[in-house]
Amino acid sequence: MTANFRLPVGGRVNRDEALRFSLDGRPMLGYRGDTLASALLANGVHQVATSIKYGRPRGIMAAGVEDASALVQIEEPFPEPMMSATTVELYDGLIARGLPGQGRLADRPDPARYDAKHVHCDVVVVGAGPAGLVAALTSARSGARVVLVDDQNQAGGALLGSDEYFDDLGSPAAWVHEVLAELRATPGVLVLERTTAFGAYDDGFLLALQRRTDHLGAAAPKDVARQRIWRIRAKQTVIATGAHERPVVFADNDRPGIMLAGAARTYLHRYGVLPGRRIVVFTTNDSAYTAAIELAETGVDVPMLLDARAVPPEGLVAECAARGIEVRAGHAVTGTEGREHITDVHIAPLAGTGHPDTIMCDTLLVSGGWNPVVHLFSQLRGALRYAPELGAFVPGEELPDVQVVGSAAGALDLASCVRQGGEAGRAASEAAGFTRPAPVPLPTSDARVAEAAAMVLWQVPEGAEPTADTRFVDLQRDATVSDVLRATGAGLRSLEHIKRYTTIGTAHDQGKTSGMIAAGIVAEALGVKIAEQRPTTFRPPYTSVPFAALAGRDRGELHDPVRITAMHSWHVAQGALFEDVGQWKRPWYYPRPGEDMADAVLRECRAARESVALMDGSTLGKIDVQGQDSGEFLDMLYTNMMSNLKVGRIRYGVMCGVDGMVIDDGTVIRLAEDRFLVTTTTGNAAKILEWMEEWLQTEWPHLRVFLTSVTEHWATVPLVGPRSRDVLASLAPELDVSNEAFGFMSWRDTVLDVTGGVAARVCRISFSGELAYEINVNAWHGRALWEALMAAGEPYGITPYGTETMHVLRAEKGYPIIGQDTDGTVTPQDLGMSWAVSKKKPDFIGKRSFARSENNRPDRKQLVGLLPANPATVLPEGAQIIESAHLPEPPVRMLGHVTSSYASAALDRGFALAVVRSGRDRIGETLYVPVADDVVPVTVTDSVLFDKEGTRRDG
Amino acid sequence: MTAETTSGSSPLGAWTARLAELAPAVRVTERPFLTQLTLRVRDAQAQAAIGPALGVELPSTPCSFTRGTGPHGELEVLWLGPDEYLVLARPGVQQSLEDAIRAALGDAAGAVVDVSAQRTTLALSGPRVRDVLAHGCAIDLHPSAAPTGTCVQTLLAQAGIVLLVSDAGRDEFTLLVRSSFASYLAAWLIDASVEYRMVPA
Repeated sequence: MTANFRLPVGGRVNRDEALRFSLDGRPMLGYRGDTLASALLANGVHQVATSIKYGRPRGIMAAGVEDASALVQIEEPFPEPMMSATTVELYDGLIARGLPGQGRLADRPDPARYDAKHVHCDVVVVGAGPAGLVAALTSARSGARVVLVDDQNQAGGALLGSDEYFDDLGSPAAWVHEVLAELRATPGVLVLERTTAFGAYDDGFLLALQRRTDHLGAAAPKDVARQRIWRIRAKQTVIATGAHERPVVFADNDRPGIMLAGAARTYLHRYGVLPGRRIVVFTTNDSAYTAAIELAETGVDVPMLLDARAVPPEGLVAECAARGIEVRAGHAVTGTEGREHITDVHIAPLAGTGHPDTIMCDTLLVSGGWNPVVHLFSQLRGALRYAPELGAFVPGEELPDVQVVGSAAGALDLASCVRQGGEAGRAASEAAGFTRPAPVPLPTSDARVAEAAAMVLWQVPEGAEPTADTRFVDLQRDATVSDVLRATGAGLRSLEHIKRYTTIGTAHDQGKTSGMIAAGIVAEALGVKIAEQRPTTFRPPYTSVPFAALAGRDRGELHDPVRITAMHSWHVAQGALFEDVGQWKRPWYYPRPGEDMADAVLRECRAARESVALMDGSTLGKIDVQGQDSGEFLDMLYTNMMSNLKVGRIRYGVMCGVDGMVIDDGTVIRLAEDRFLVTTTTGNAAKILEWMEEWLQTEWPHLRVFLTSVTEHWATVPLVGPRSRDVLASLAPELDVSNEAFGFMSWRDTVLDVTGGVAARVCRISFSGELAYEINVNAWHGRALWEALMAAGEPYGITPYGTETMHVLRAEKGYPIIGQDTDGTVTPQDLGMSWAVSKKKPDFIGKRSFARSENNRPDRKQLVGLLPANPATVLPEGAQIIESAHLPEPPVRMLGHVTSSYASAALDRGFALAVVRSGRDRIGETLYVPVADDVVPVTVTDSVLFDKEGTRRDG
Repeated sequence: MTAETTSGSSPLGAWTARLAELAPAVRVTERPFLTQLTLRVRDAQAQAAIGPALGVELPSTPCSFTRGTGPHGELEVLWLGPDEYLVLARPGVQQSLEDAIRAALGDAAGAVVDVSAQRTTLALSGPRVRDVLAHGCAIDLHPSAAPTGTCVQTLLAQAGIVLLVSDAGRDEFTLLVRSSFASYLAAWLIDASVEYRMVPA
């Protein structure tokens, strides 16, 4: 069937720019300025899809975001699911498919760019209909910074669906054009078209989605963000979001060709498209008369208008009569016929005289009144009030700094809308501090005004309950009146519960046409007043928002910040593999050609134990603690004593939470009487600084202590191994590196022979048990220091090592990693570190918990070593530990689990650290570790497996 | 120990050319190796005593900075908290500046820490600089809301920054970012500038 429902002239489409598109394989033509829906209607296509549950044909019922049935999957230029044909702007090459409910995400990455932008203003106006335009212009003329947000590709709102004589300018379009031109020319005004405000939050924060290049299809420039999330912060908010027309429910109300009356006006005036050739109108209010009259004026056959009201508006009836439209008052549609398209309507009197009849038609227009778009107001937690004259909810209270105007507030005539817009614009700019707004002359029009009150009618009453109910409340969910009655019959009374029970209002359209009707039917069924029913809460987003837009530029390399050290480029150039530690990239190991990870780590370990090796330790958290009371403060934070540490010396410290569980460890070095430098684990640096600040600021504000993060000021290089002293000596001519002059757990400042002399702080600490120095320089010299150490160590085969080797070396010595060997339930005593818990200090964080009986149970899990019976075995970390050689029937008593496990070069075997119940009492025992189908016997040992006597520490 | 350091490898040394390509829409240049000292001082008298030593008063208004010239040359003092300041000065004066501040501080409770390499400093300017920043910074940078002398700690994209409005009328900003985040921030700036490079203002 080829049909042309496009008028030869009229509408805001460009007939010189034809666009090719297809639906379900059928090629068609539309024009620039069309939506997919208007282009389909111009081709005589009403049916877009079939319904999700019953497979019934469904078509275009609206002209905007409220449409519940015309869902498509876009296939080209890029797959996008769940798009409403009424909101997709047509572009050349659009290929779409009708969707029965669910769509399909693309199976390839989206090549388009998405981004976000913040904008601040005095006044944000949502909606560029007549009320919004007047509000925005009034504010703009006051000098306020204004953002005007509108979801259409052009301003005008409801005016786009009309062509009454308007103002002195002639047409609504001319007036809109003039207002917009002034707004655009006013500094400080931002007009955002194609932008949907989808979320309203506290303090004037508004989120909006702008579709910037969607309408260009495949021709969209690649470097321009396709969609943008606007993060708008406004002092004053004016909501002018208009109203959605509401249908009336009757049997077979879902056939293609049944459409809202206002939508037909929009298709006529905005797109120059006729919805059909023979049109019947069914209404409960005056607004649909205009649709009937205007369509008749274009030459369309409009045989009949059914007005549910017993007394119709006299003037409008006369206008209809003049155009050959028969008005039947007190009548309603009781059913329809047709398959892919409506062919007949069945009508009957609602009460009193008259008899049922059947009228042939190809289009049925319906109006059940108008629902103010109160979504954003409700999202802001504004209470809604039921307005019985509208049959809809309207804003029911004043919210600070928020105004709702025009149809969104229930005003349905132009004069009220523009008056409210002007008042709101003035009030908003005054509240924002702009005291002399210039008034905007309010436009007038010859649009028909309502003569008679509307009738509120949710559904056309039925005599008997039908067996197969086709009275659809929510077309997208295929939910009917019977479904609502089943819910109320089951005892549900709350609209929230009924919504979830029936799924009405949970589809892509979120019940924009169905929610109010469902509330009405529920009230009727329960015999209660709607005003006493709490309406469902509107939540963001107002319309669906693609995840791609929300993700924005946080993709690929920008997904999460990558933190790097001063030596990072060297590690990359050397082919290091990296481990993510928080946001840091740390070298994991440095494989040589042909090496796998195990080979590389064994080689790196051997170098550290047998000669000299170095690693990048710059990521270690470092906090400068300064002030007269620093010692006292650290005594409270650490389990051991710090105030008696001598200047020039270093002490290992353990920090516990108030529950006495270990939260971090590190070294504390005393720089001066009133100054310390403490280190934290890499991943905990920020958390520990916050922890320290919290105690300082909330519990001990009297202490003269100041904390400063210096993590990134320093580049830190642990230099490890028996030859480390030789390497350091060659670079530190002024430093006596002998064990006598520079002993373990002390630090020295010196100048290194690096690029003409670099100041360094060298600490004699060891996380491997080997002779080791931790060299700290200003990070600007990190790379130079590293390269100098590599050169100086060359005669000894100096070897860079990564975090994996660090882990092996420390595990061989039984040094725990907080967060790996501990999990928030481990005390210092469990780790065998009673020596680090002061008996002398009167108090410190966690001390009280050490006296709890739970902390002193002999069967607490304690850190021990495990040696698998087969030296080649490397146990999986996390493996459970049991008592028996065979896995018993569940429940199995777990004694603990493996926390760290490696192959050791020094021990020439696999080994593990584990937390085990009564672990220290079990040293020497054989326990068992189930691994896949095997049960591996292991010997429990002391946690220190290598160099128990500590002979290697001093070289 | 405080090194008198004026050279080395700056965090964004390798990004100079790529950042320069953003001009003229946005001009981004690193100002490497500046002297940066964290100053903590609560006592009002001590605060007042430090001003003359620096040649510029400590900022008394939250979220602002002061600028002036003194014995250590031109410097800026940034308000970062009720008792926290960051002193920016020319390269190489870490030790002498620290000594001067300590002398002025006397016995008052306080702290001075050399954090010169903790953050690097970027100068940003150009007709689209506010647009680029608006893609990742929630602060209102309109001249009426952020006049010259504004100093805020905020996020740019996912990196913490200190942002100074150096000259609101000439669209000049100064941005400090932690050294480890500098590469991320540079990559983000280049990405955020894509549209503005195509269509110059």
